[in-house]
Amino acid sequence: MSHSLLIISRQAPWAGPGAREALDIALAGGAFDLPVGMLFLDDGVLQLALGQAPQAVQQKDLTANLQALPMFGVESLYACAHSLALRGLHETALEVERLDGDGLRALIDRYDQVITL
Amino acid sequence: MKFAIALFSPPSAPSSRRALRFAEAALHGGHEIVRLFFYADGVHSASGNIVSPQDETDVARQWREFVTSNGLDGVVCIAAALRRGVLDEQEARRYERQAANLPAPWVLSGLGQLHEAAQLADRLICFGGD
Repeated sequence: MSHSLLIISRQAPWAGPGAREALDIALAGGAFDLPVGMLFLDDGVLQLALGQAPQAVQQKDLTANLQALPMFGVESLYACAHSLALRGLHETALEVERLDGDGLRALIDRYDQVITL
Repeated sequence: MKFAIALFSPPSAPSSRRALRFAEAALHGGHEIVRLFFYADGVHSASGNIVSPQDETDVARQWREFVTSNGLDGVVCIAAALRRGVLDEQEARRYERQAANLPAPWVLSGLGQLHEAAQLADRLICFGGD
């Protein structure tokens, strides 16, 4: 059986290539039909914000790529509820399951392997 | 045990050195390293253009020597490397850049190599941050 992999994305979308590079691992895993999940944590939840204007800081819009995750078979998508609340994010651009501390612990425990970027 | 090792930090970060010491200890302990995969800023740890002062540790050189002397599979992510200016001869020619700075034994390849390594290994060990 395949090892499952959780990718924890902790970078804001404008903070350098980290957000993009975490997403690319997830998309590649999906393309290979591997059991991949993605957790948005800390500043990583800012990738989920609605109404982003990345062009204003000469960046590409990551939202469309994030929305490709389910099409690549990556449907296990999570966000840290505390990280969202701290940043005042209520609605998100992508459907994610919101987890509290216990939920996060159980999630990380459930996956065979974890990559944090 | 079979390890896959992923590195996300440049050679100036303690975690690059820590990853190398871990890899050395793994082999010393009789374990196998199925692949090293350098991603994100970790691609700088494979650069052949780093010049360290004589009395400082040259981690990129140590990585190169470690991979060569143990005949390991050392893979650098091509997308992460290109955007950070880490190119082998072929990519330097392709993009008409003046210099190649990714010497053997490093090989440029894609993220499929990370996933394959994670599947082949018993454990995936990642080193990132500081």
